[in-house]
Amino acid sequence: MNFVKLASSLFCLAALLLAPAASAETADYTLVIQDHRFQPPELIVPSGKKIKLLIENRDATPEEFESYALNREKVISGQGKATLYIGPLAPGRYQFFGEFNADTAQGALIAQ
Amino acid sequence: MFGTAIIVFREVLEAALIIGIVAAATHSIPGSRRWILAGMLAGLAGAGVVAVFTDAIGSLASGVGQELFNAIVLGIAVLMLAWHNIWMSSHGAALASSARSVGGDIRDGRSECSVLMLIVGLAILREGAETVLFLYGIAATEGGGRTSMVLGGLTGMTLGIAAGYLIYAGLLRVPLRWFFTATGVLVLLLAAGMASQAARFLIQADLLPSLAVPLWDTSAFLPEESVPGMVLRGLVGYDSRPAGMQLVFYLVALAAIGFGMKWAKPAHKSK
Repeated sequence: MNFVKLASSLFCLAALLLAPAASAETADYTLVIQDHRFQPPELIVPSGKKIKLLIENRDATPEEFESYALNREKVISGQGKATLYIGPLAPGRYQFFGEFNADTAQGALIAQ
Repeated sequence: MFGTAIIVFREVLEAALIIGIVAAATHSIPGSRRWILAGMLAGLAGAGVVAVFTDAIGSLASGVGQELFNAIVLGIAVLMLAWHNIWMSSHGAALASSARSVGGDIRDGRSECSVLMLIVGLAILREGAETVLFLYGIAATEGGGRTSMVLGGLTGMTLGIAAGYLIYAGLLRVPLRWFFTATGVLVLLLAAGMASQAARFLIQADLLPSLAVPLWDTSAFLPEESVPGMVLRGLVGYDSRPAGMQLVFYLVALAAIGFGMKWAKPAHKSK
């Protein structure tokens, strides 16, 4: 039956891919939002590691951390903090922006 | 103004597409309009509440409350869409022939209507809360340019609602013999797309392994931020750089709901 075949091949795929993901370590990094800008505007992170990103919003208004490259989005309330997990990333430049103030809130993660 | 219009358009579009499809799929159910309207109002009220409590929700579960909340809302929506689709598979034919009375199914029809209200309400709740926060940010900003941003917001909202209406009106023009298949497939894809989004939030919260990230990268070919990308994202859950786990969720939802629909159909015929 097709459904069983599909389910079992999905399971095998999951088992194959799960092993490397589970072994990756986590590294902590912090981004600060102030005056609708990211500090630092470029954050250098290690490639091949899962990253725990803390974002601290020092502005009074909410901001949405958004990145198409990283496939992440998260709202951070005014004067609030947020945590999210990224990667493990291949080496490269990953742009992100603050969707609510995209004119100024631009930045990038550089994985190397 | 343009930037504001795009942001609001994007948030409104997803909810509008869901409502447009669901409204078309259930247009022959008596009273469905009222339930959809009730769902919209409840969703708007809920969005306001969620926006106010963003901070409190976010700080739950050691900082990943927002992801959990989104994943749960999406999960409930997937279940409701699944229920709806399976229900339609067994009752669609009866609803299609207006000559035939659906009186015996009134009780069933009522629970279908409350499911309908929940689907609509949850769609607005999720997308609406972000829009409320964004507009609040604008309102709190001092100085000029506010009028143009309000105009932008209204433009985005109007365009989003127009897109939802377009798919609704378009679906109603589909010939009857294709109609239930068309709406059924669209709802199925909506649900699978939401399952994939739920997986993305759980990965972001580190509650699920990502499995291969990204599984593919089609961002150069069809960027998510383009209008076709946004529409495809809203309709079929398009993701230009998905994680492997998202595809697993997508396919499992597709298979499970598809199987449920198949299983429900012969049960109707034998009646």
